[in-house]
Amino acid sequence: MTIFIPTPLRQFAGGKDSVDVVAGTVNAALDELTRNFPDLRRHLFTGEGKLRAFVNVYLNDEDVRYLPQKEATAVSTSDTLSIVPSIAGGR
Amino acid sequence: MSVLRLTRAVYGAIRADGEETYPHECCGALLGRPASGGWQVEASVKAGNTRTDSAHNRYQIAPAELVKIERRARSQGLSIAGFYHSHPDHPAQWSQTDFAEAHWLGCSYVITAVAQGKATVTNSFLLAGATEEDKHFQQENIDVVETFEPLTAQAESKKASERKTAE
Repeated sequence: MTIFIPTPLRQFAGGKDSVDVVAGTVNAALDELTRNFPDLRRHLFTGEGKLRAFVNVYLNDEDVRYLPQKEATAVSTSDTLSIVPSIAGGR
Repeated sequence: MSVLRLTRAVYGAIRADGEETYPHECCGALLGRPASGGWQVEASVKAGNTRTDSAHNRYQIAPAELVKIERRARSQGLSIAGFYHSHPDHPAQWSQTDFAEAHWLGCSYVITAVAQGKATVTNSFLLAGATEEDKHFQQENIDVVETFEPLTAQAESKKASERKTAE
């Protein structure tokens, strides 16, 4: 499957905007990604290994947090995973 | 100081968005390419403000919309270079809320002050730093241009300049 890397994290993924991994679940795909690019780990996960609150992960068009099996959701080679840091603010 | 380069059309569009959504905050994304000294922004994309509970002083772009914006950027050979929003009846300076909610390191955050419905000052701040823990905003210059040279012309111009330097 293909994982799309957002602009701020590309510097920790060899400058790539997407990375192909072979994995059976969302968790396994993220593990594979961070195994290939260890510097990404601290940007995606807390010290306890949870996804940082501001990091959104989308399996195709679905927010992984709202899928019944969340990060344990099965994936296929044609799926895409998008990592999207949140954007908000105000005066 | 880094420089955010925008076409006049993009600069006008993001300021007009702030006027159209007044007294609420507008928000959107900037699509562009990395250039020497900062981003070169070639397009802006309006986004919906999901903070309908407090749209006069807060904004948020739905992650699902961000996924679509990023897909659109990729299809055009561009990257998300940053974001813009407005401060209705408030200065064009980043707030503590802007800072706490800023996570796109290396990207530009453009803020337009809109006073009584009229866009006034537009400022840009680069979210600098290597990690979430040492991030900080740095004000950057905004350079408004009519159009960008096509990439091939830029490459030729760079080569010519390098040749000249070598001579």
